Amino acid sequence: MNFVPNTDSQQEQLLARIGVKSVEELFEDIPKEIRLKRSLNIRGGMSEQELVKQITGLANKNKTVEEYSSYLGAGAYDHFIPSFVDQLLLRSEFYTAYTPYQPEISQGTLQAIYEYQTLVCELTGMDAANASMYDGASALAEAALMTCDATRREKVLVLQTVHPEYREVMKTYLPSRGVELIEIPYLEGVADLSALEAALQEDVAGVVLQNPNFFGGVEKAEEIAQMVHAKGALLVMAVNPVSLGLLKSPGECGADIVVGEGQAFGNPLNFGGPYLGFLATRDKFVRRMPGRIVGVAKDKNGKQGYVLTLQAREQHIRREKASSNICSNEALCALAFTMHLSALGKTGILELAYRNLQNAHYASREIEKIPGLNLAFSGPFFHEFVVETKAEPEIVNAWLLENKIIGGLDLARFYPELDHHLLFCVTETKCKEDIDRLVARLGEIQ
Amino acid sequence: MNPVELKYNKDHEYARVNGNIVTFGITNHAQESLGDVVFVELPDEGATVTVGKSYGTVESVKAVSDITASISGKVVEVNTLVLDAPDLLNSDPYGEGWLIKVEADDLFSLETMMTVTEYEAFVAAEEH
Amino acid sequence: MITSEPLIFELSASGRTALSIPSCDVPEVPVEMLIPVEFLAQREPQLPELSEVDVVRHFTRLSTLNYGLDTGFYPLGSCTMKYNPKVNERLARLPGFTAIHPYQPESMTQGALQLMAELQEDLCELTGMDGFTLQPAAGAHGELTGMLIIRAYHQQRGDLKRTKVIVPDAAHGTNPATAAMAGYETIVVPSNERGGVDLEELKKVVNGEVAALMLTNPNTVGLFEENILEITELIHDAGGLLYYDGANTNAIMGITRPGDMGFDVVHLNLHKTFATPHGGGGPGSGPVGVKGFLEPFLPKPIVVRREDGTYGLEDNLPLSIGRVRAFYANFNVLVKAYAYIRSLGGQGLRVASENAVLNANYLMSLLKEHYFLPFDRVCKHEFVITPKNLKATGVHTLDIAKRLLDYGYHPPTIYFPMIVEEAMMIEPTETESMETLDGFAEVLIKIAEEARSETDLVKNAPHTTVVSRFDEVAAARKPNLRWRKES
Repeated sequence: MNFVPNTDSQQEQLLARIGVKSVEELFEDIPKEIRLKRSLNIRGGMSEQELVKQITGLANKNKTVEEYSSYLGAGAYDHFIPSFVDQLLLRSEFYTAYTPYQPEISQGTLQAIYEYQTLVCELTGMDAANASMYDGASALAEAALMTCDATRREKVLVLQTVHPEYREVMKTYLPSRGVELIEIPYLEGVADLSALEAALQEDVAGVVLQNPNFFGGVEKAEEIAQMVHAKGALLVMAVNPVSLGLLKSPGECGADIVVGEGQAFGNPLNFGGPYLGFLATRDKFVRRMPGRIVGVAKDKNGKQGYVLTLQAREQHIRREKASSNICSNEALCALAFTMHLSALGKTGILELAYRNLQNAHYASREIEKIPGLNLAFSGPFFHEFVVETKAEPEIVNAWLLENKIIGGLDLARFYPELDHHLLFCVTETKCKEDIDRLVARLGEIQ
Repeated sequence: MNPVELKYNKDHEYARVNGNIVTFGITNHAQESLGDVVFVELPDEGATVTVGKSYGTVESVKAVSDITASISGKVVEVNTLVLDAPDLLNSDPYGEGWLIKVEADDLFSLETMMTVTEYEAFVAAEEH
Repeated sequence: MITSEPLIFELSASGRTALSIPSCDVPEVPVEMLIPVEFLAQREPQLPELSEVDVVRHFTRLSTLNYGLDTGFYPLGSCTMKYNPKVNERLARLPGFTAIHPYQPESMTQGALQLMAELQEDLCELTGMDGFTLQPAAGAHGELTGMLIIRAYHQQRGDLKRTKVIVPDAAHGTNPATAAMAGYETIVVPSNERGGVDLEELKKVVNGEVAALMLTNPNTVGLFEENILEITELIHDAGGLLYYDGANTNAIMGITRPGDMGFDVVHLNLHKTFATPHGGGGPGSGPVGVKGFLEPFLPKPIVVRREDGTYGLEDNLPLSIGRVRAFYANFNVLVKAYAYIRSLGGQGLRVASENAVLNANYLMSLLKEHYFLPFDRVCKHEFVITPKNLKATGVHTLDIAKRLLDYGYHPPTIYFPMIVEEAMMIEPTETESMETLDGFAEVLIKIAEEARSETDLVKNAPHTTVVSRFDEVAAARKPNLRWRKES
């Protein structure tokens, strides 16, 4: 199947009109030395029926969180997505549309993005949000660069309780722009405030904090905001949008820029992508925000509508002076986020956050009772927590896997000092019976 | 059309000298090229500007232009009117559309700026 | 047919929700006992309150205000708006692909890793490169990755004086923006009258301070860079590297390869060449391919096929530039591209490119008598026309674009590339029929006529869309970027 509608006879007609004898003539200006003299060695060329069979076979080689009960979190979360979301995403006017550069025929996309921006602002307590970025990690890196741009300083502090892969992305993005990145250690599973204070000099542009942090713990965000502002620096907070049903918004805490991973709403695990990074900020930093932004506009008859605005800051106009090279947003993922969150609404998000909280805390209490397992940190947490295990983590997880349970993340992968520690996440997808089963299996390990 | 008493540079900015206080703005040619100005970003009063370095931006729907300092010194006044009414740069670039007033460290750098005749010739040449 | 839709916040009614999860069945503990009150929200987020019916109607109605590729022709130059096969949507939704967590043990995700490994191999074969990373989430993201690889390469060799990157004046804005993000100064090199890079001008700026030249071939006016071999040799002789912007790959699949032209780094746009849907602006995917000597610098982890035949992620890459995103890739987008490639196979990909070029040349031949053709030579998958011949009417490219909306077409790319005044860049792709091309040409020709005889009709277009031209200046002066409840 190759989706070329023109028949051989029609192709002849096209050639005739152009005035050439064969398609080969249209490629004559390509130097002979670089013409590929063989066919591409790429497997394929099959009917739709065969394609479905082959690729389904590939999908079946994967073991999913539908067949296994998963307790993995760490930046990618298994939440229940209402059925209507995917069905609406399949409306081809949404998913086959291009970027809304022609607003007259893109009001659907543009209005949905405006609604998305508003939702992100409401959730985070900020004044303006952009139309989304590639993912939470790259949004965070861009936010860090924003702080340098805004303060004209060149140093950024990042807590080690921020997702390790997010920190790695910052390490990739920042040095080429001449920005120094310094990591601040943690204490008892949260930011080490005295270490942070010591590092907060007048040359710091921004401090990057994740809340809840990678270990699931709730940080002293307000206190940190005050410390940061006292030195003329800016606070960037990376947040979990589900937690904002319960936790104080970053805006209320004093954050200057807020980012986060929006996957938890409307987007399946998808093996890590596509996800979407949200970025929101205060009015005074609006023009420093990278990425696309939608705003209200009036047409020449006075009718209200929506357009891509503040485009002069973007790469296609500002070129080498643009603060970022970002071209696309994760539009369809943001649309899914918007649909899911709209369905939850004010009461729904509260209830969802509450369920996650109660489930995770019940699980943690029950796990604490098991000899050989205990909670690593004593501070408050949302829906993730770290368990210290006397038994080898590989043995724990192998046993769980045998029982169709995917256990917590072995933290040695990211924190060598935390070998024998597992990060468990419990969402609303679990009921008491599931959790009791997890606890029972854990109890069976010597 | 461009005031005779002003000095001009290649970035289409002008300087109005009054003792050691210099007023800066963008020229009529600049506002024409940019189109409708939507936003102006200026430094705070008291900030320092350094010759050759950007001290702000002028943004239109089509482009964002950096404004570069022609001298070094301290900003003694900022035209807050243009922050709320950026269209002043289009309607009255030499009058109400001025940007900042700088107390110059010295006026030497202004000597490389062009007279009105030199500037108008420069603009005409650029257009080819 | 609706012409507008209230904002979702305006449809809100107190007490409604569409949340449907089982009630809490674990022993409940008061929230303040689990999380101290000082960390809890004082102010509930003011989200809208709707029932499922309201939400579904709202977004269904919004979709009717949109034009998609399934609605009609999208001749956007440089965007490759080819048909999005529905089978890809079906396959991408298999739970085997959607319901897997990136941190599951590798033994549980062999299907996904195999897909990525095979895709990497296929892209290498297609482009003539030796290694690929699938991490970047979009073309621009891939560009940044590619430029950081180049930067790492020079730095590793101790060659620190290479601070510049050359970019043609016809390049897309992402190129210089990316170079700047990677810490480079951009040098712009002009194009010649044939639409290619001016070789003499290029020679003037190539020296030991140049890290790389960023190029797309065919270029942004749809023409094949005839001097490509001299260009790549010139840069290599001076110790620089060549970066290929793969936006225009649809013109050359199976015909020539950037690796064979002399490029060292390439990025591809899966949402262009490989038919994954644009989604209204994303998600895309921008894989980056490199020649062997640059493989050590690829972002980590890389997907590998081990000796025992299993697939895995390799992290031990001491010279890697690091990560450019969390996790591994826009995996679900990869699934669609993979399915597309398997569907066509090597032979089918070549046929796609041949027909893309055939369609573009045909459409160009229909229009050349009626519009101005700045480069009257065989084009590849796209071409540029301007309304220069209509100058006397006072009608601009923008007006023609807006008038096309009245006829039910999405306009071509306008005002790009910047080297052609009033450019309209047209890329039909191979998935359009002769009838569609004829119909589009007919309308464009009609609009040229209207420009002469009914000038105002064109200048004030569009007339039949749900909204007319917007005052974008006012929108940018007083930006309203979010809804607020009127107090």
